[in-house]
Amino acid sequence: MNYVLFLPELLVAGLGLLLLVVHLLWRTQDGSRSFGYFTAAGLAAIALYAYFNLGVNQTTLEGTWVSDPLAAFFKLLFLLAGILVALSSISYLRVIKEYFTEYLMLVVFATLSMMLVVSAGDLISLYIGLEFMAICFCVLTCYLKTSPKSPEAALKYIVINAFSSAVLLYGFSLLFGLTGSVSITGITQALTASDPQPAVYLALVLVLAGFSFKTSLVPFHMWTPDVYEGAPTPITNFFAIGSKAAGFGLMIRVFLTVFSATAGTLVLLLAVLSFLTFTIGNLVALPQTNIKRFLAYASIGSAGYIIMGLVAGGRTGVEAILFYLMINVFSTFGAFGVASVFGSTVGTDEIADYAGLSKRSPFLALVMLLSTLSLAGVPGLAGFVAKFYVFLALVHKGFAWLALVGVVISIVSVFYFLRLAKVMYVYEASEKEPVRVDASMQLALAASMVVTVVFGVYPTPLVNLVGQVAQAFLP
Amino acid sequence: MITLTHYLVLAAVLFGIGLFGALTKRNAIGIFMGIELMLNAVNLNLVAFSRFITPQVLVGQTFAVFTIVVAAAEIAVGLAIAITLYRERSTINADELDLMKW
Repeated sequence: MNYVLFLPELLVAGLGLLLLVVHLLWRTQDGSRSFGYFTAAGLAAIALYAYFNLGVNQTTLEGTWVSDPLAAFFKLLFLLAGILVALSSISYLRVIKEYFTEYLMLVVFATLSMMLVVSAGDLISLYIGLEFMAICFCVLTCYLKTSPKSPEAALKYIVINAFSSAVLLYGFSLLFGLTGSVSITGITQALTASDPQPAVYLALVLVLAGFSFKTSLVPFHMWTPDVYEGAPTPITNFFAIGSKAAGFGLMIRVFLTVFSATAGTLVLLLAVLSFLTFTIGNLVALPQTNIKRFLAYASIGSAGYIIMGLVAGGRTGVEAILFYLMINVFSTFGAFGVASVFGSTVGTDEIADYAGLSKRSPFLALVMLLSTLSLAGVPGLAGFVAKFYVFLALVHKGFAWLALVGVVISIVSVFYFLRLAKVMYVYEASEKEPVRVDASMQLALAASMVVTVVFGVYPTPLVNLVGQVAQAFLP
Repeated sequence: MITLTHYLVLAAVLFGIGLFGALTKRNAIGIFMGIELMLNAVNLNLVAFSRFITPQVLVGQTFAVFTIVVAAAEIAVGLAIAITLYRERSTINADELDLMKW
């Protein structure tokens, strides 16, 4: 057994346990703040290690643990997301108030759980990783115990998650029955050896439904806006940039291998899901008045674009998804990050209260503008390049109609993001008091915006990276 | 003689009952009970497949044990949240938890 293969996970688990023990010595407000920086720095060091080990391609523990570039890429993504969330949580300390180190520990363990999910080589470890992730996120969602919305959101999340897990597991049990194996390679070999039986299609539909709940694709998205609205905003952010990416990582691993025998049906179902997701997500975002709900629907909409990469399939499709997910981390973080600062200092999440934000905090208004324009796919920002790659992959595979509808809906989304810009820049503020931004948050927001702008102008390094990862996954 | 088909039909029926319960119950605890039935249907499936298809290797049984453990952990968190919510709002009926919609 090769322990080096799961060294990043061991380090992350160690960091979480260390936080749990050490904070007992130092229970002050300042202490909590420095633990936040400590968590971010620890995750950054592990991310650096993960970056230099992107090329490892081995399996261990009888094939239940896969360390390939795909898993490594996602681990890097989750660690970056974890750093940003830890930094943004520091400025959220005035809302959370107590048990902040336990909160940080849960953020670290949520990062760990997502890393386990993408390294799973068989259905058992995959399921355990998913549930580990769900439990961490559920407790984090419930962290504002005395606010009316937070426990409601957590209950909705845990119920929907348990329900979707049951559906997913039923599909897994059928796959096991059909092939007599639980390892992803074993199932793939058994299923591609002969023509698919009808039961394979049943398993496909059940597994697809289960994964669609996790990645909140329409019509399985009903929990998303409620949970995103009720959760503490840094956790909402983590949902949108982390947990969603974990779901897509699983989809890449499972759908492009296990279900390659039923690829025709799968692609059709995914195309329908994609169409429903980006239309309904973007159109329902239009009338929203709460910023978190508005961004939640925008995030559902962007899942519709990400899934297009799976519709296209093949190496180009995988490249497009990976690129999109990485860009999504930084752009979406910017938008929810501003909502987090604004919500915790001004105490409101209503879009109407963002009036005159450009006067009260030019920095926040600029970050919100850049990140929403990137999400909408305006040229010059990274979001445009991401959407461009997805559409390109689709057109290559003959799904020009889907790409065309996608472009039209994308233009509609520019409209509602510009409506937000108008509120921030044109409307007069009812209060003149400037909005103060913590140093940690300034750092996180500035870094994510730099990435968004740089990859918008010069995406080549990231394109090369996802190219190598996709090449290793689908040789 | 009880064959694999009997077990599978039983599991499918159980899953259907659980699904119906989870979708129609108003009380959060009732919904959790429905979900437990669905998970038990899965366990039945796994163990039956393991017994009839791979009798030498206990993969299905292992999977079932993990499912039971994880489901218990999840329900524990779920009940804790239900209690928190009940303290705050004095209800855990799904149709009264409508502070956030649309």
